[in-house]
Amino acid sequence: MKVEQISIFIENKSGRLAEVARVLGQKGINIRALALADTSDFGILRLIVDQTDLAKTTLKEGGFTVSKTEVVAVEVPDQPGGLSGILDVLDRAQVNVEYMYAFVERCGGNAVIIFRFDDADAAIRVLTNSGVNILEGERLYKM
Amino acid sequence: MTSYFHEEIETMPRVVLQALQLKRLQATVARVYEKVPFYRQALDRAGVRPEQIRSLDDLRRLPFTTKQDMRDAYPYHLFAAPMDEIVRIHASSGTTGKPTVVGYTQKDIDVWTELMARSFVAAGAHKGDIIHNAYGYGLFTGGLGAHYGAERLGASVLPISGGNTARQLMIMQDFGSTVLTCTPSYSLYMAEEAREAGIDFRNLKLRVGIFGAEPWSEDMRAEIEAKLNLHAIDIYGLSEIMGPGVAIECIEMKKGLHIWEDHFLAEIIDPDTCEVLPEGSRGELVITTITKEGIPLVRYRTRDITSLTCEPCACGRTHARLTRMSGRSDDMLIIRGVNVFPSQIESILMRVEGVEPHYLLIVDRVDNLDTLEVQVEVNEQLFSDEIKVLQTLAQRIEKEIKDLLGVTSKVRLVEPKTIARSEGKAKRVIDNRKR
Repeated sequence: MKVEQISIFIENKSGRLAEVARVLGQKGINIRALALADTSDFGILRLIVDQTDLAKTTLKEGGFTVSKTEVVAVEVPDQPGGLSGILDVLDRAQVNVEYMYAFVERCGGNAVIIFRFDDADAAIRVLTNSGVNILEGERLYKM
Repeated sequence: MTSYFHEEIETMPRVVLQALQLKRLQATVARVYEKVPFYRQALDRAGVRPEQIRSLDDLRRLPFTTKQDMRDAYPYHLFAAPMDEIVRIHASSGTTGKPTVVGYTQKDIDVWTELMARSFVAAGAHKGDIIHNAYGYGLFTGGLGAHYGAERLGASVLPISGGNTARQLMIMQDFGSTVLTCTPSYSLYMAEEAREAGIDFRNLKLRVGIFGAEPWSEDMRAEIEAKLNLHAIDIYGLSEIMGPGVAIECIEMKKGLHIWEDHFLAEIIDPDTCEVLPEGSRGELVITTITKEGIPLVRYRTRDITSLTCEPCACGRTHARLTRMSGRSDDMLIIRGVNVFPSQIESILMRVEGVEPHYLLIVDRVDNLDTLEVQVEVNEQLFSDEIKVLQTLAQRIEKEIKDLLGVTSKVRLVEPKTIARSEGKAKRVIDNRKR
């Protein structure tokens, strides 16, 4: 039920993001979703791509520090209050969200939100029990 | 059982050693007074005549020689032998302007060769070893100094010099190198390159590494020994005095560097007052050469900070020991009035799990306040997907530096391999205040 995401350490200096995009593009890797978290000195770029392992080795060879993390892709009704309902479910179950970001494509009529939880298994259980749809990695990479 | 290269001298009772030292000191003072105008003037100014040197304590009456004196003497004015007796010339890298020039007679080369051979044996090397000499060959004394000593020992020398790390590793594997000589920072760079090339040092024959030409810490020793799977031995030398092999740790104890006192007199002084300090005190090392012919130096201020002990060593050598150099007094940074040696920060970094042994200190002055930035590379072991984990790591290092050294710093996490690697002496500090 989990989705593989790659995280890349990036110094705050010009050209580093461009370099990541260039390296991936050259290998024919398609970026499906991305989010950038930054501080004054450095940032962490989080990506979901269509070929996770190839992206990881390619970036490592390019001299980047890369790690693979597991996140959860959740279908969220694309209407007012849609996200709120899901966060309420998580809050009641005391599952913490480390961070989240939106996926570019829609799934049917729904939006897709990528979540990083401190306890992904608990989150999946709680959400599934509440009738929320979780997207499989394989489906997401191809969307 | 300790092995010696020249047992009689290395284990000589100190009273006998001191008698030898006095005789040689007297000859040296007479020689420089006669042959070097600089010393004749300096001794006259100090009101000392060579025949007044009657005991080793009289050394204190002699004037100091400084790096500046050597620069002023550029290139040959401190030489005490005519040029047709000088068989070799070396020069130190001048960080500012002209290099410092030294000349050796054949006898000087012979002494250096013997002391380097003694040093190899103290470090645990022997005939039959394959000595992989990655010190630079050239005007720098490291390469040729180690080379001649290794040959005298009867070992096989690979004069590979510095650089081309992939080739170094290939030769190390294929030729079966057993002893490595290079700077400590270059050894860690080799380890990093080896790891990427899938070479495991446990499968190599290296047994001993002899590392010098830059100050390094006890924590870095642990790191090198673990990564290169060898005994890491600290060697000391400086071109002004001779080159490598002035002092070395014994493999038996690895506790202090034996300085070869049949050729050098060592004193520790307070660098500010120039007062000679008692045994065991930390201060600036001052060396007098007592057998050199080409360029004998009287009370040369090395700027290296250390302490000296004459206590017997378990290896049986009677020659005094210097503690590991914490740095050169001119490497010392004064940050908001606090004295900081780069080696102290290195020690703190080495203790943090996963931190690479490559770091850079950037000192600057912003609004009349000194700032210290410590750049640390983020490798896979340190990296976390969460910002707060990385920030906590940086804060933890900042706190350690504050707690142990009393200076506020800013730790900047940088991408791997962005800090320049060195194949010779590593550059650890950029001081923008000096501009």
